[in-house]
Amino acid sequence: MTPVPMPKQTAAVLDVDKIRADFPILMRQVHDLPLVYLDNAASSQMPQPVIDRWVRYQQNEHANVHRAVHALSEIATREYEAARDKVARFINAREPREIIFTRGTTEGINLVMHGFGRAFIQQGDEIILSALEHHSNIVPWQMLCEEKGARLRIIPMNDAGELLLDEYEKLFNTHTRLVALAHVSNALGTVNPVREMIHAAHRHGVPVLLDGAQAAPHMAVDVQALDCDFYAFSGHKMCGPTGIGVLYGKAEWLEKMQPYQGGGDMILSVTFEKTTYNAIPYKFEAGTPPIAAAITLGAAMDYLSGIGMDAIAQHERALLRYATGQLRQVKGVRLIGTAQEKAAVLSFTLEGIHPHDAGTLLDMEGIAIRAGHHCAQPVMQRFGVPATARASFAFYNTFAEVDALIAGIHKVQKVFA
Amino acid sequence: MSDGRQLYQEVIMDHNKKPRNYGVLADANRRAEGHNPLCGDHISLSLRLDDDLIREIAFQGETCAICKASASMMTANVKGKSVADAETLIQEFRDMATGKLDTATQSHHLGRLNVFAGVRELPTRVKCAVLPWHTLHAAFHEESSATTESGEF
Repeated sequence: MTPVPMPKQTAAVLDVDKIRADFPILMRQVHDLPLVYLDNAASSQMPQPVIDRWVRYQQNEHANVHRAVHALSEIATREYEAARDKVARFINAREPREIIFTRGTTEGINLVMHGFGRAFIQQGDEIILSALEHHSNIVPWQMLCEEKGARLRIIPMNDAGELLLDEYEKLFNTHTRLVALAHVSNALGTVNPVREMIHAAHRHGVPVLLDGAQAAPHMAVDVQALDCDFYAFSGHKMCGPTGIGVLYGKAEWLEKMQPYQGGGDMILSVTFEKTTYNAIPYKFEAGTPPIAAAITLGAAMDYLSGIGMDAIAQHERALLRYATGQLRQVKGVRLIGTAQEKAAVLSFTLEGIHPHDAGTLLDMEGIAIRAGHHCAQPVMQRFGVPATARASFAFYNTFAEVDALIAGIHKVQKVFA
Repeated sequence: MSDGRQLYQEVIMDHNKKPRNYGVLADANRRAEGHNPLCGDHISLSLRLDDDLIREIAFQGETCAICKASASMMTANVKGKSVADAETLIQEFRDMATGKLDTATQSHHLGRLNVFAGVRELPTRVKCAVLPWHTLHAAFHEESSATTESGEF
């Protein structure tokens, strides 16, 4: 087999050295070795301009939102709503009121489960999920099914980790109420043909929720072009802080849905006899929201937009191609997830070596990867493995870091030789 | 060399490749299953007790090297011992792995098992080393299963 050449033409796509200089954490050492951070699918790192935004908010702008008439409250409210506008532009929503701030993707899915599921899914109804979902897009629907007497139908996949679209089409019937689907698989990297799948669901009059946790950080997302009914994603996987996420919902659905939580800010008026709910999106944002985190997420989106999502996608594609080629040449490697359309996620096993041992030994080399079932146990069962090792890339990763990973894997194999 | 790496090199060189007492006892009178739900590791133990004596013991499972080596060394150590002596080892092993027992300064009965003191350097892997011991404890008490998530350590 011939070595895969480093794709020189992509060197010009991004100035990765310049980008890396924005990330203080990438300069640190782990176990006295330079950090090679390849666990971006779990959580990404934060660049200095985004860190600075958080600090500036706390130093100069903090107060509660939508409440007081004083200056700081007005500033905090303005910046919080400006962040909502940025999110709307980032995913091309029709209007900012279709953007709900959540704690993360999981809460976004749970919000749809409560607000949409409890209202519109009844006994005997069916929800279509795929075989490659994260637990966060399985468990809420199982809870709903148990409560309502509804049932799940699962789109199967092939050995490459691609969903079988013919089988998908066959799952629809008059009982189908919702399709809940990952845009990109966290465990396998598969990019699902969601546009086509949404189109198919809509032909049956069924709305679609996309779990975009692994897609939004890595490619341009246009919710109007996709025509999805809901889109959930997390801030901390896209250079933002933890504790903040986004649920996009088409206004016509959000208007019809029940609130998720009750409390302050989500009401127009309250008496002991009756409460009138606020308009969307506030109806779904009970209590004091994560103001600092939302504003900082807005700064993260500015940062990503400044680099350009298409340039990010192109660089990550080149990393994936290079890393896949290099990994395939290592003896004893089995790649789990070999879809034609993939994000920069490499899930693999090493013959005779448990992924946790590989993870621990790579960590001793300063290389951070994830080992485990990736909160996707049905995917592991499908491929007949208890766990995999997973290297997942971001736009700040380099080809040299791919080489470090490969060298690290050789070292792991030496320990077990 | 760090204790963590040393642990790996010592236990993997030997017990991971040639685990002792690997398999299932046909005439077992005690069995228990151990699970680590966080990583999916699974181990099954079978024992033959004669009164208070561990006459035979075997393990089988799909586990990482640390868990497998721990299980291998555990079975080799407790075979022929009384249940009470094995319980002492269980307690001491757990205490060593979680840092409550400093084998360098405090007295113990762990002998070669002392190599697992290095697992303290790998806090995310302590549960891997302790799982077989948990499972042995469950087998003595005729509980059919043990989990690393019971909050006992």
